[in-house]
Amino acid sequence: MNKDTNVVEIRHGVNSTTTFDVERIRADFPILDQSVYGKPLVYFDNGASAQKPRQVIDAMNDIMETNYSNVHRGVHALSQRSTEAYEAVRGKVARFFNAASENEIVFCRGGTEAINVVAYAYGRKFLSAGDEIVISHMEHHSNIVPWQMLRDEIGIVLRVAPIDDDGNFLLDDYEKLLSDKTKLVAMTHVSNALGTIVPIAEVIRLAHDHGARALVDGCQAVQHGAVDMQALDVDFYVFSSHKLYGPTGIGVLYGKEELLNSMPPFMGGGDMITSVSFEKTEFQQAPLRFEAGTPSIVEAIGMGAALDYLDAIGVDNISAHEEGILHYATERLSQVEGLKIIGQASDKAAIISFIMDGVHAHDIGTIIDRAGVAVRVGHHCAQPVMERFGIAATARASFGLYNTPTEVDTLVEALGAVREFFG
Amino acid sequence: MFDDLRELYQEVILDHGRNPRNFRHANNATCSAHGNNPLCGDMLVVYLCLDDDGVIEDAAFQGQGCAISVASASMMTEILKGKTKAEAERLFSAFHKMCTSGDFDIAAAAECDADAVERLQMLSGVREFPVRVKCATLAWHTMDAAVKGQQDVSTE
Repeated sequence: MNKDTNVVEIRHGVNSTTTFDVERIRADFPILDQSVYGKPLVYFDNGASAQKPRQVIDAMNDIMETNYSNVHRGVHALSQRSTEAYEAVRGKVARFFNAASENEIVFCRGGTEAINVVAYAYGRKFLSAGDEIVISHMEHHSNIVPWQMLRDEIGIVLRVAPIDDDGNFLLDDYEKLLSDKTKLVAMTHVSNALGTIVPIAEVIRLAHDHGARALVDGCQAVQHGAVDMQALDVDFYVFSSHKLYGPTGIGVLYGKEELLNSMPPFMGGGDMITSVSFEKTEFQQAPLRFEAGTPSIVEAIGMGAALDYLDAIGVDNISAHEEGILHYATERLSQVEGLKIIGQASDKAAIISFIMDGVHAHDIGTIIDRAGVAVRVGHHCAQPVMERFGIAATARASFGLYNTPTEVDTLVEALGAVREFFG
Repeated sequence: MFDDLRELYQEVILDHGRNPRNFRHANNATCSAHGNNPLCGDMLVVYLCLDDDGVIEDAAFQGQGCAISVASASMMTEILKGKTKAEAERLFSAFHKMCTSGDFDIAAAAECDADAVERLQMLSGVREFPVRVKCATLAWHTMDAAVKGQQDVSTE
């Protein structure tokens, strides 16, 4: 990586080289061009939510200024145009993630809602007392709590696959948890707190070998690298648009078509029915079966624009850029006195959680904020994994496609100020 | 460039954060409560020993949190010893207002000894950091819950 120009050379195979111009990408994100407390903003809280490129903002404005109406209902021109734009996003999502059909793409409010839909619609129909669900030790609360609620309601059993002291997922130990009682594996693809990339293809294959279904929480994965639904042969995959440079309020539940159609609806209402009388209601097939009520139309179109944006840059180019940043930041942070990186798995996404001797993460966050650096501090909605490492909180720098090595230098300098205060 | 930070992280506060006073379990506690700040995972237990006249004979705490919440708890336990329940409540109310409003005369509101007021004023820098007010007040909320006979308090 050439640190002075923030340009990363990316090599594809042996012959072709693409240049990833991070400055040009930064220019697409209006929010990045600002100072906080008189310092240039360094945004390293992408794991919580990523910023939006002009292309997303424009697409959302544009639909509201030109074609906006409710979808799936009207015969008038605007409704037809809105419906077309909204449904086109389903196709984009299907192509981006190589789903077999756009009928497998259910729009929902975000990753959390998507997991809850599966817990409610799939869990209550297909699971019963004594059935086991396997999760990992590093799940976000959103992939723990819905299953606990299901456990308390119908008596399923939750099993937890362990990790080692570096945060590596222990595939062998996971396999030992699987049995004919296992009905579902619900696993994160990338740990939001540690950055660990779970060998998810193996996890899914082993689940299937034991006759279990697999749900993957991709909220921290899809923005860092290419994900192929058919290659993974995954049963359910969920993610949120807002971590993928799209708007909040929209996300995706991918589900295999025949599986989705075997599930009862999660919410009842308009748009999810084919006919309603007071005696009997016929439900739509997936995906509309799970989309009761007026959906997040503008947000869906924003998500579509985000996917177009990422497509144009190339997800593999983004992965390579972020890998460079991760590598550089790991090296620089490792040299900071008294700093310890929590989560040093051999395969990691661009997320670094760290603690500092004698300084609480909250104090780190407050001090470096005044230097313009935004990180997340706390337990990252993953308290069990914090407990696993015997800590209450970490500071987490999570990188995105617009971050630069120079920004990493700013973070390291700001951590020097933390040391000045805390000695 | 870090004036607000220096105001917040004064040497006295850093010292209490590093070496909290009365950081122990109080076996003879007449009341106690758990305080929890779900935002950052800070957790405290505050122990109070009140005599028959409602005077706080001993105050102690345990738990973990950031420099601000630990320092505030530590200083609180020192301040509370010898105060009545009513004085403690008044101090809490005055301290809370000091942390959340711009120019608040804590000395007049607390009606308490100058030493207590001076100690509380050391935490007034938190006013410039609205998200950290909960850190500074967690111990006091927990103390308030303890004297009122509540088991748990959350600053969410």
